[in-house]
Amino acid sequence: MSEFLEYSLLGILSGGVMALIALSFVLIYKGTGVVNFAVGEVMMLGAYLYYAGTNSFGLAPWLAFIGSLVIIGILAILVERAVLRPLSGQPTVAVMMATIGLASIIHGGVEAVYGGDTYSPPTLLPRTPVNLGEVLIPGTVLGNFAMATILIGGFLVFFRYSKTGIALRATASDPVTAATLGININFSQRLTWVLSALVGTVAGVLIASSAGLSPLLAAAALSVFAAIILGGLDSVLGAIVASLIIGWVEALAAGYLGGKSRDIVPYVVVLAILVVRPYGIFGTRTIERL
Amino acid sequence: MMSLGVSVAGSTVLQGHGANIAGDQRPGVSLEVRGVSLNFGGIKALQDVSFTAQTGSITAVIGPNGAGKTSVFNTISGFYPPANGQILLDNTDITQVPVHARAARGLARTFQNIALFHGLSVLENIKLGGHHTMKTSLLSAMSYAPSARREEMALRDEVERKVIDFLEIDHIRHLSVDVLPYGLQKRVELARALAMRPRVLMLDEPVAGMNREETEDMARFILDVQEEWGVTVVLVEHDMGMVMDISSHIVVLNFGQVIASGTPSEIRRHPQVIEAYLGADQGATT
Repeated sequence: MSEFLEYSLLGILSGGVMALIALSFVLIYKGTGVVNFAVGEVMMLGAYLYYAGTNSFGLAPWLAFIGSLVIIGILAILVERAVLRPLSGQPTVAVMMATIGLASIIHGGVEAVYGGDTYSPPTLLPRTPVNLGEVLIPGTVLGNFAMATILIGGFLVFFRYSKTGIALRATASDPVTAATLGININFSQRLTWVLSALVGTVAGVLIASSAGLSPLLAAAALSVFAAIILGGLDSVLGAIVASLIIGWVEALAAGYLGGKSRDIVPYVVVLAILVVRPYGIFGTRTIERL
Repeated sequence: MMSLGVSVAGSTVLQGHGANIAGDQRPGVSLEVRGVSLNFGGIKALQDVSFTAQTGSITAVIGPNGAGKTSVFNTISGFYPPANGQILLDNTDITQVPVHARAARGLARTFQNIALFHGLSVLENIKLGGHHTMKTSLLSAMSYAPSARREEMALRDEVERKVIDFLEIDHIRHLSVDVLPYGLQKRVELARALAMRPRVLMLDEPVAGMNREETEDMARFILDVQEEWGVTVVLVEHDMGMVMDISSHIVVLNFGQVIASGTPSEIRRHPQVIEAYLGADQGATT
């Protein structure tokens, strides 16, 4: 029983970071109708920037973290302006293809500089394990979860109550009407890409600083893809809940069936649920299928 | 700097809300469509369309289906750039001004198919009407509100309260717009447009699909908007009875051209109008 408890707790806690990655997807999908295939690569790039900051420039971890956020934010603005804006008005498939291209460019660029080796960037959060009853939780797992919770909570409040957040929701819901109300659509969409990239960077740095850094980090976004399909592509709440479920299932599978099964079992579960609810747990029924 | 300009303009309008200024409308033209042509491929949607909306009046744009009424509206809103001609708001050429910037200049509209934001509450929808009064930027969104902005926000809250009281939708303010019946959704959309503190309000078929009672309610609200708030109203509508009742000026479009304009009684007698439009419409004589 305590074994089950331990796996469950670890799984759900690791689901927190997955929820961050899911948020990065959902922000873009809700705001622009595009599935951003470069989320994993943005995470990876952010993590490498963090590593470069601490390793090559000798910055303190938190300074390197802020530095990587700033650089990713600027890159997001540039990419939005140079690549995505000119494609507005084109079918969303065109934009999706552009994100796949971006992913390849980032992936290739990072591998050209750093190769395929695994690095261990300094941790951003304390490593001290925490003893919860009989279960020992690694400090990074708990720290990552706390960080993810705070950030996601902040986003929920931002979208629920802030003027800008409500304007972003309005733009996502109906850009034409939003424009007549004086909402600058270009600004809203730029802000959406920037926020998504920043959230991805946070997730990337958290994962890299607790589990190591290699180009494989980008693949972490893949299992999150299962989560957002499960949660419904256009639901922030769905993405969060589904991420926790996937994290939990993964940990149980790895614990009871061996490490390899964690790559299979979550997808089987997602498949099973989608048979019953094709639009995801919280998704809008009219949602476009991929 | 920008928010200062907007709040000054806003308070001017708000003074106009003080009910006891009815009758002292400034003479002049609030909206002018000047020689506008619009083409979709080879189709001439609008040809040399010109008309004006007098400040504080109700101007109706009528015509058979496909006459170009909504095209005129979309050109005024800025969705379609005209091939020729200008749109003037308060004697300023706004033809090149982007859609979202026209809101800050005092232009508001509603849509033929209700364009409320699904999943948002009535109050959130209305609050979005005041959006243009705030300068949005990443920095200001995250920074603490300075006093000028707080004043602006207080003013906006006051406008929102007045709008909600005025349109009698206080009891539904926290409901999601999705659950409201059609007539109330129309009213919420009008409320949102009013919360923009417009000088010119464009209504695209405000009573389409409404029953007689709902239509009368809406007509009363539109008259009140004009009389008590001093807003210039431009509307597109098929309900001829209502148009004849509340309009001070009517513009008739047919095949993208203005075929007549004048007071309701002039339009009623206009031979070309009777031939092109009213003659074919049984509701015209009511």
